[in-house]
Amino acid sequence: MSMRTTGARLAWDQFWAIIWKDLRSELRTRQAWMSMGLFALLALVVFNFAFDLRVENLATVGPGALWIAFIFASILGLARNITVEQDRGPMDRLLIAPVDRSVVYLAKVIGNVIVISVIEAVALPVFAILYNLPIVQPAIAPILLLGTLGVAAVGTQFAALAANTRARELLTPLLIFPLIVPVVIGAVRATEALLTPIHGDAPWLGLLAAFDVIFLSVSAITFQFVVEE
Amino acid sequence: MQSVIQGSAKGRLDDITRRAPVVGAALEWMRRYGELALLGLTTLGMMLTIWAAFIYAPTELVEGPVQRIFYVHVPLAWISYLAFFFVLVGSALYLWRRDERWDAFARVNAEIGTVFTTLVLISGSLWGRAFWGAWWVWDERLTTSLLMWFIYVGYLALRTYTGRTAQGARAAAVVGILGFIVTPINYMSVKWWRTLHPDQVLPLGGTPQLPASMIVALMISLVTFTLLYVLLTTEVYKLERAQAEAERLRVDVELGELE
Repeated sequence: MSMRTTGARLAWDQFWAIIWKDLRSELRTRQAWMSMGLFALLALVVFNFAFDLRVENLATVGPGALWIAFIFASILGLARNITVEQDRGPMDRLLIAPVDRSVVYLAKVIGNVIVISVIEAVALPVFAILYNLPIVQPAIAPILLLGTLGVAAVGTQFAALAANTRARELLTPLLIFPLIVPVVIGAVRATEALLTPIHGDAPWLGLLAAFDVIFLSVSAITFQFVVEE
Repeated sequence: MQSVIQGSAKGRLDDITRRAPVVGAALEWMRRYGELALLGLTTLGMMLTIWAAFIYAPTELVEGPVQRIFYVHVPLAWISYLAFFFVLVGSALYLWRRDERWDAFARVNAEIGTVFTTLVLISGSLWGRAFWGAWWVWDERLTTSLLMWFIYVGYLALRTYTGRTAQGARAAAVVGILGFIVTPINYMSVKWWRTLHPDQVLPLGGTPQLPASMIVALMISLVTFTLLYVLLTTEVYKLERAQAEAERLRVDVELGELE
């Protein structure tokens, strides 16, 4: 019993140590934050012209534009993150350490969720102002969190997976986007329902949570094969 | 290496023949004529399917003759589910056992599943054009089918980029496992959402939603397409193994020349 408690305690400490390490390196370089944040804002502006937004279609187009901006920015950050890890080698050193691979995976996912959430927290009020939608309300928090968790779970796994191949820039989006679509659909519909409640709509938040749980658990188990040398 | 494997299989067969001559003889016959018999059965089944779909089955009252696409469309979809399920099985067994043959099995099934999903999308579009008046609608069933297609095309692209390496095989196996998540969503989509796509006609553990003659025609087609799938899997698997072997030999020869 005490052995197991110690093991869990150790894994917990390692988990936070990895997150803290990643966040500190992000804070030092600030590259990812800046480019992701700017990209998200830029995407929101571009969508405004691409969709010819007017008052009457804002509530239907807005949530989609918001999530596409978030997802593109997230993928940009995730792909960069992995490239840095591969080129400078902190991943190799991390894997030499006696840390369970699923702990590494989960820590990477949560680290990415924290980074993306900061970007979202900045971009969301800007979106609310630019698109004139009452989106900044407490009920958006669980949608953002579950959606971001799904994107980070898929993104972290596949970015790591494609990192070892010749054409990682091509393969990363090719593998990530199809699997992210269920997350996109769930998150966009849940956000839409927040703006214009639809009676008897599917429980999108529940579907989002189910997808996250399945994807996180299967990825946590299989991550060891992805990083195996 | 190849001869060693065949040798051990031959030894096992001799062993079985000694203990149960009838079973041994049957296995020996299967080894010699199995594929030929399968080819014959599939050909016969295909002719029977064409007869059942076009002549035996009654014309649907609402949809008219175009409904007959159904007898091809549904079996194609069934085979793609089956193939993607075996990608999952092959991938998991490869990661567990590290036997290259499971990896080849998964790859072969991904190839076959992708081809069949393409045919499902095409046959569905033809029906949609006639019945809905549109080649494509963004219905949940259609959307998830397209996603399935993209996932396994991504899987095959990954295999192309990584080549026949252990690392590539492991990466592909992880995609093969995670990618399967969309397949059950696709199957259940017509139940979970109010889709334009027709409902399941043979719900798992439920009663068939069609007249008996249509069910018979569908069953003939399902059995035939399953036979075709087994035949294709066998042949493509052998081809895949031969290609891997040829690649290995070529590397051996090149290394030999360098020395």
